Amino acid sequence: MTTLSQPAVSDPAARGDGNRRTGRAPRRRGTGHGDGRIAGPWVYACLLAVLLGSAFPVYWSFVVASQTPDAIGKVPPVLVPGGHLFDNIAKVFDQTEFALALGNSLIVSGTITVSVVFFSTLAGFAFAKLRFRGRGLLLVVVVATQAIPHELGVIPLFMMMSDFGWASELQAVIVPSLVTAFGVFFMRQYLDRAVPYELLEAGRMDGCSTLRLFWHVVVPAARPAAAVLGLFTFMTAWNDFFWPLVVLDDDNPTVQTALSALASGYTTDYTLVLTAASIATVPVLVIFLAFGRQIVGGIMQGAVKG
Amino acid sequence: MTTTTPPRSGAATSADTSPPRRRDRWYRWDVRLSPYLYIAPYFVIFGVFGLYPLLYTAWVSLQERALNDPEGAHWVGLDNYTRLLFHDPYFWNAMGNTISLWLLTTIPQILLALWIAQLLNRRLRSRTLFRMGVLLPNVTSVAAVTLIFAQLFGRDFGLINLALDAFGLGKIDWVAGTASSQVALAVMVVWRWTGYHALVFLAAMQAIPGSVYEAATIDGASARQQFWHITIPMMRSAIVFATIISTTGNMRLLAEPLLFAGGVASGGSDRQFQTGALYLYETAFRQFDFGYGSAIAMLLLIAILLVTGVNYLVTRRIRTD
Repeated sequence: MTTLSQPAVSDPAARGDGNRRTGRAPRRRGTGHGDGRIAGPWVYACLLAVLLGSAFPVYWSFVVASQTPDAIGKVPPVLVPGGHLFDNIAKVFDQTEFALALGNSLIVSGTITVSVVFFSTLAGFAFAKLRFRGRGLLLVVVVATQAIPHELGVIPLFMMMSDFGWASELQAVIVPSLVTAFGVFFMRQYLDRAVPYELLEAGRMDGCSTLRLFWHVVVPAARPAAAVLGLFTFMTAWNDFFWPLVVLDDDNPTVQTALSALASGYTTDYTLVLTAASIATVPVLVIFLAFGRQIVGGIMQGAVKG
Repeated sequence: MTTTTPPRSGAATSADTSPPRRRDRWYRWDVRLSPYLYIAPYFVIFGVFGLYPLLYTAWVSLQERALNDPEGAHWVGLDNYTRLLFHDPYFWNAMGNTISLWLLTTIPQILLALWIAQLLNRRLRSRTLFRMGVLLPNVTSVAAVTLIFAQLFGRDFGLINLALDAFGLGKIDWVAGTASSQVALAVMVVWRWTGYHALVFLAAMQAIPGSVYEAATIDGASARQQFWHITIPMMRSAIVFATIISTTGNMRLLAEPLLFAGGVASGGSDRQFQTGALYLYETAFRQFDFGYGSAIAMLLLIAILLVTGVNYLVTRRIRTD
């Protein structure tokens, strides 16, 4: 907490390190650019340390994934990537069900994402813009169900899937996640502000049915929020662990259950395990690097509304 | 965006002049009933795959029931609960671990997140880079992260032990000890969630109107005073919210302790880091004791709902203050 001792500066030029900013008018508070204090070198140093701590385990995983087993545990430790990444990847695909797992995870996460975005937008539209009896109460129910820890119903859910003959099938993972309370509420909050009533009224006057209004007015307006929801949903589905672990078996795994199987085996080959972990991380990492700004924005907006 | 096409408005006027009763009825049906159709998917999915299993858990928890003989399920009343509460040291062990893990994760996590949030709340260059950087741990998968940390905390070849050894502190068998294993798990949880909470806190900080700080600055309050007397009090509900997320998250902790022990569901040889959720998993899906597992699930549910309910009351009280 030492950084708090910096003075609150209203005039950046008055500070010793402020000379590179002297040409500019000082920005005021409340513009969303922070609390007004300029970040000094100490703040940057702390943030860089935080960043390093955040990134290191992921980086380390890629380092190990590119080494031979005997490089692990050397003193001093090897901290830079080696040249064996592709050998190790080949080994993972050779010795485990990882190719199948990647395909399965892609099917599961892709289907869930499309479905959650579609049904959430539809329901969010109804809750935000259509009048019907019980709307308020039903919305409260949606919000309240968010707080319910679904996974505690895992035993009857498993019994049910066995009865359906879905145990160890992908639909057992997909179907329960087709639409989520979070998605419905998220889209409602966005559409409430993004779609003006006048536009819907005009559409009605022109004889549009509700469904046509949805397709031609709501869906185009919903795109930015739908994209953020899609990113969140895909990453959540990709990383989902508990339920796939329960209902799928090792012959038909997702990436996460394949990792679990690998960790539960008797392999002491860390390069194999961490190569698999790295492969499992790549898709979410790519999404995160490409859309990090939107994801950060989604979390911060959700925080304000929640 | 107004893709309502002109020709259709012509159709609508002609429909107004002729007496199309059917169209009217259709319109009324559309306006009145279609909203229910649009929200139905959520309620159907939630009802069938969320609520029903949860309610049925209560029913199963009153039975003795195993996977292989569904016909052999029989009614035992509250026996599962009395066994759990009064004769099951494993259950209380798991609850105790949940509490110590709570202390080891929630407090450092919230303090760290507050510290990071106020760093991020400065006028920064490359703001987005730093915000993304702190969030990175949160988007990686639990399974992958646990495997990475299991290596880092490895007894013989782990990087952390190599470092300890280099400083002459000796190697620690992280998985074996109660305190050391829980510290290792806490590091994973804190690493994963601190950045997320920091962003939530940052949003709460930025929602505080700048005029409040301006007034304080004019009155001569230092940055430190402003942080403790303005920022923290105005973020109380965000802090309570984070505490609850962290608390209920801890009760559901499963992947970390499972994979840290190499897939063994007991949470270490002495159950030194078995959590409530892991005990549920072990009972139901390693021993296939569904009745007893359901009773564990019900007690966890009650605990989580209690915590959430208390949170709700506390938050409401804070908001009305």
